[in-house]
Amino acid sequence: MIRVEFKSVTKYYTLLNTGGIKNFLFNLFKHIKSIKENRILALKDINFTIKDKDIVGIVGKNGAGKSTTLGLIAQVLKPTSGDVIVNGKVAPLLELGAGFHADLTGRENIILNGILLGMTKREILSKIDSIIEFSQLDDFIEQPIRIYSSGMLSRLGFAVAVHTNPDILLIDEVLSVGDSKFQAKSKEKIYEFKEKGKTIVFVSHDIGLVKELCNKVIIIDNHKVIYSGAIDKGVEIYEKL
Amino acid sequence: MIMRDSWIYYRDLLSELTKKEIKVRYKNSYLGYLWSIANPLFLALIFYFVFKVVTKVQMEKYTLYLISGLFIWQWISNSIMIGSNLYISNSSLIKKVNFPRNFLAISLTISEGFNFLLSIPVIIFFMLIYSEYPSWNWLIFIPILLAISFLFIYSLTLLVATINLFFRDMERLVGLLLTFLFYLTPIIYPISMVPDKYRVLLYLDPFAPLVISWQTLFLHSQLNIKFFVISTVYGLFFLFLSTYIYNKLKYKFAELV
Repeated sequence: MIRVEFKSVTKYYTLLNTGGIKNFLFNLFKHIKSIKENRILALKDINFTIKDKDIVGIVGKNGAGKSTTLGLIAQVLKPTSGDVIVNGKVAPLLELGAGFHADLTGRENIILNGILLGMTKREILSKIDSIIEFSQLDDFIEQPIRIYSSGMLSRLGFAVAVHTNPDILLIDEVLSVGDSKFQAKSKEKIYEFKEKGKTIVFVSHDIGLVKELCNKVIIIDNHKVIYSGAIDKGVEIYEKL
Repeated sequence: MIMRDSWIYYRDLLSELTKKEIKVRYKNSYLGYLWSIANPLFLALIFYFVFKVVTKVQMEKYTLYLISGLFIWQWISNSIMIGSNLYISNSSLIKKVNFPRNFLAISLTISEGFNFLLSIPVIIFFMLIYSEYPSWNWLIFIPILLAISFLFIYSLTLLVATINLFFRDMERLVGLLLTFLFYLTPIIYPISMVPDKYRVLLYLDPFAPLVISWQTLFLHSQLNIKFFVISTVYGLFFLFLSTYIYNKLKYKFAELV
């Protein structure tokens, strides 16, 4: 089953830097024209498909368009042209502390975050013990998360995201934060997901980790997909870049 | 079944976002909720001194008039003020998660409205000082006015929150406009003192009809039909305008925050 399909997707970002009121008033027409032209290319004519049971690594240099690709899969971004087709429930693994409120306790944040990721309250409450156990936060769970370390935050975030039971899990460079014990646990969870026929999309610079976890790789360079396919050949190509 | 599920989901989303707003607002302060009452009361004290003690405005029940206007004003201005920065302060969420963004504006408006509800007992306390009592018809009029106020305030909050993403000067502009409209709206002076040729401002200022409706209820236990209808029209107008703009632009939010 095809989970994600990109059909000749192009994405431009429009820049809205105003250049101040003087520029705006005196060059109004020129200014409006320049807004239209002031675009930055993020992705150019991208095609790929991701199936279920795939663990896909998206690799590439800084600014190549990896995060834009994730944004398009999460459907927070709309392509400028082309189609993005997504079948199934997507759970983005948020960057550290995103969607968390520093003054709320870990437990309160689990509920808030779980709801933002698409669970109902009843669902969260039925899973909350398992989430807390997975996060290994123990007594810290009743403390406000502003006192958490970054490793604890990422554990909490990962624990909530994997419990939303998504069809497609998006991971953007956050796995590396936890300690080795938690990393091992996360990897175990990722394999468990794969067994269940889920899809994981994983963005990273760490080609070693990609090699270890993924069975497919998509290499984005200079806003284009230069390779999409089996992991071994992909790693070879990436290392020559 | 799916419809029912999504209804439960939206209900949960709304109640958790609202609870969060209410919980975190005063979480680390000693006086907590008292602040939402203390602010307008303190303002009322200042205006009482300036306009009743010093310049001697001729009006009965001036204190009651002041606080009934100031409490509804606080709901309006807090929501819009915080709203102008709403999406920018939740940027990390908007960049990653695809949830209905207008729920942030709804929950903000409700949590501020909750503050307003808590201030009604304070208003009743001041009525008792003037030996007045709430009337039974409040039980009908308060829910009606709450609904219109919510509609009106939510629409404006969503509008400024959305526009501010594309036009960051909005935030400054909103601060300035709110100060201007505060003095244009009859809150610290009675309508009767407005000269006839400026009366038209009571209709042009979109906040005035709503504030006047609440003042009439608290001072005379009546529904001011004329101003109530005008504020409903304003509310619906802003609802359509903000929903239209929001729907046009919501796909761009993640790029701009």
